[in-house]
Amino acid sequence: MTGMERKVISGSYAQSYAVRLARVQVISAYPITPQTSIVEKLADFVARGTLRAQFVNVESEHSAMQAVVSAAALGARTYTASSSQGLLLMHELLHWASGMRAPIVMGVVNRAVSPPWCIGADHTDTMSQRDTGWIQFYAESNQEVLDTVLVAYRLAEDLAIRLPVMVSEDAFYLSHTVEPVDIPSQSEVDEFIPPRAARAVLIPGQALRVGSFTGTVEHVEFRHAVAEAMARVPAVLRTIEREYEGITGRSHGGPVPTYRADDADVVLMTMGTATTTARGVVDELRADGHKVGLAKLRLFRPFPAAEIQQLARSVGQLGVLDRSYTFGGLGPAATEVRSALYAAPRRPIVSSFLAGIGGRDITPHEIRRIFQVLEAGGSPDPRWVDLEMDREAPHHG
Amino acid sequence: MAKLTIPEPELMHSGHSACPGCAPALAMRLLLKGLGPRTILSIPACCWTVIATPYPTTALGVGVLDNPIESTGASLSGLRAAANALGYEDLNVVGFAGDGGTSDIGLQALSGMLERQTDAIYVMYDNEAYMNTGVQRSGSTPENAWTMTTLVQGSSRGKAEPKKDIMAIVLAHRPAYAATLNPSFPEDFERKVERARRLKGARFLHIFSPCPPGWRFSSERTIAIGHLATDCGVFPLYEVEDGKLRITRKGGELKPVAEYLRTQGRFAHLLPEDFERIQTRVRDDWELLLKRERESQGARSAPPAA
Repeated sequence: MTGMERKVISGSYAQSYAVRLARVQVISAYPITPQTSIVEKLADFVARGTLRAQFVNVESEHSAMQAVVSAAALGARTYTASSSQGLLLMHELLHWASGMRAPIVMGVVNRAVSPPWCIGADHTDTMSQRDTGWIQFYAESNQEVLDTVLVAYRLAEDLAIRLPVMVSEDAFYLSHTVEPVDIPSQSEVDEFIPPRAARAVLIPGQALRVGSFTGTVEHVEFRHAVAEAMARVPAVLRTIEREYEGITGRSHGGPVPTYRADDADVVLMTMGTATTTARGVVDELRADGHKVGLAKLRLFRPFPAAEIQQLARSVGQLGVLDRSYTFGGLGPAATEVRSALYAAPRRPIVSSFLAGIGGRDITPHEIRRIFQVLEAGGSPDPRWVDLEMDREAPHHG
Repeated sequence: MAKLTIPEPELMHSGHSACPGCAPALAMRLLLKGLGPRTILSIPACCWTVIATPYPTTALGVGVLDNPIESTGASLSGLRAAANALGYEDLNVVGFAGDGGTSDIGLQALSGMLERQTDAIYVMYDNEAYMNTGVQRSGSTPENAWTMTTLVQGSSRGKAEPKKDIMAIVLAHRPAYAATLNPSFPEDFERKVERARRLKGARFLHIFSPCPPGWRFSSERTIAIGHLATDCGVFPLYEVEDGKLRITRKGGELKPVAEYLRTQGRFAHLLPEDFERIQTRVRDDWELLLKRERESQGARSAPPAA
């Protein structure tokens, strides 16, 4: 742990510092609230010369993603960041990135999708990209943001993986809130992240086609190769995070870290910043004798089905809190959890809770309500917790 | 031994899947002869996606990156940024896109790339419609032309609107170099490729590209139709460097535009008044070009490209 530095920084700056430490070579981005401070800080690093990267200011998010896809195809280490509408505009290129096995890392500040315009924290933007072949992480703290971006580069560039990675953080709760963050030294990160070992990249003077087109026979082989790489992620991630822990002393607990869940009858699963609030409520309820616990879904793609099945073995009620909604279904994480558990030998009742949509605060009161519902036997239908709270004590203003 | 005016090396090989008489195939062949092997092409969805042959083969002796139809300009900016970061010098970063992928759906990314003064060559091969999808109208389709979406049927008499002037749009960005090229004039073509290759900054090449199945003519007539297009004034050859416009082929009096229009089935329905109207437009455009050339002789140089 030599040379570590503690800074009080936002979740957005945590992304920027990690990108600098990872010695990213090409950055391309388009501004959108609340992502802007990430790329402003990177522009500042580049202007000062403390980050030797090419910074490509583009005219849209679609072009930002194309620029990093093309830069990655030539072998560069790349980064971009976006949010909400910008991420939706990138959608087509997200498929290109994974299909071309481009190891891009992208910071996403989770923000509500319009209409109506709303810039609050909401996971609808990234959940709408779940089928694009990107690895997806959701962070709880600014420290976790920084550490996960560094891990993401190792994971994306691992020759067994070669897939792009999103590191998501909740708008404002992380992006614009400062916390103390331990920043590893450049030499520690250099030891952890070697220069990119590029495979199947364009080399000047060599005839090679990257992207290409296929008949109907070969296409499935490319798709299957992506599926196989995705399936290798949990094991490779464990190895990389062990190594990171060896260097920095920090671990965030793998794909689904749990809290006081070992002997819990009732477990709530959360993503992102709601986890911190829920952890406090678990402590309160435990003090009152309730056998409750918590599971944090850090890795959403690939979905950690094996870990969820393991967790479910001793649990009677499992609640899943989603900060977005799949219209006509459940919360997206709840859908995945139910699907993962269908093949499990022992299945708890899985209830879907929707809270914090559009950036509403997820309060301890809301979390207690969710645990009450779970302890009373759960809910077959999705529960819009924000609105239930309104009916009890309507918002004014 | 006589000095060859066309570079001898071939970087486009047999086995490609272009139609007989395909001018975009000839354009690629001539372009790569001029650019040489240290070239990376970014190719969006267009005829050339298919012509270059499917995985795992390639008809091109250079690196090729596929990109979606609307983002070639951004791809070039990303490639150049990576080339700079990785220390690749003397690398030609080249986009090769159709007219739809450039002047319609790709216009935003092209504008971005030009405004950023990306050190790259953007080529628009203009076959004047969406040909790879089966001849649908693009913004670059000329007035009155038949396509599958501008039919000659009932009250419809082909495309109702004139062709989009992509060169004017490009020149509004003050590129380092912009030129019109025609594979029927290979020496002029190669000279312009060479000029573009030697310059830095954003460069744009607009290549006239007759399409036998799309324009409804017999495949052995491609070169002759190309000659007529320029000599009738439909596709004048010129270049703009540092804001100075120079017409590179002046054959004296323009031939009547009807000589060009009558070679193609897509114009078979034209009436005498159509010929007259098109002739007036072509002559006016040609006069304007001559005027711009005269005026630009004394024009102030544009700021140098970054």
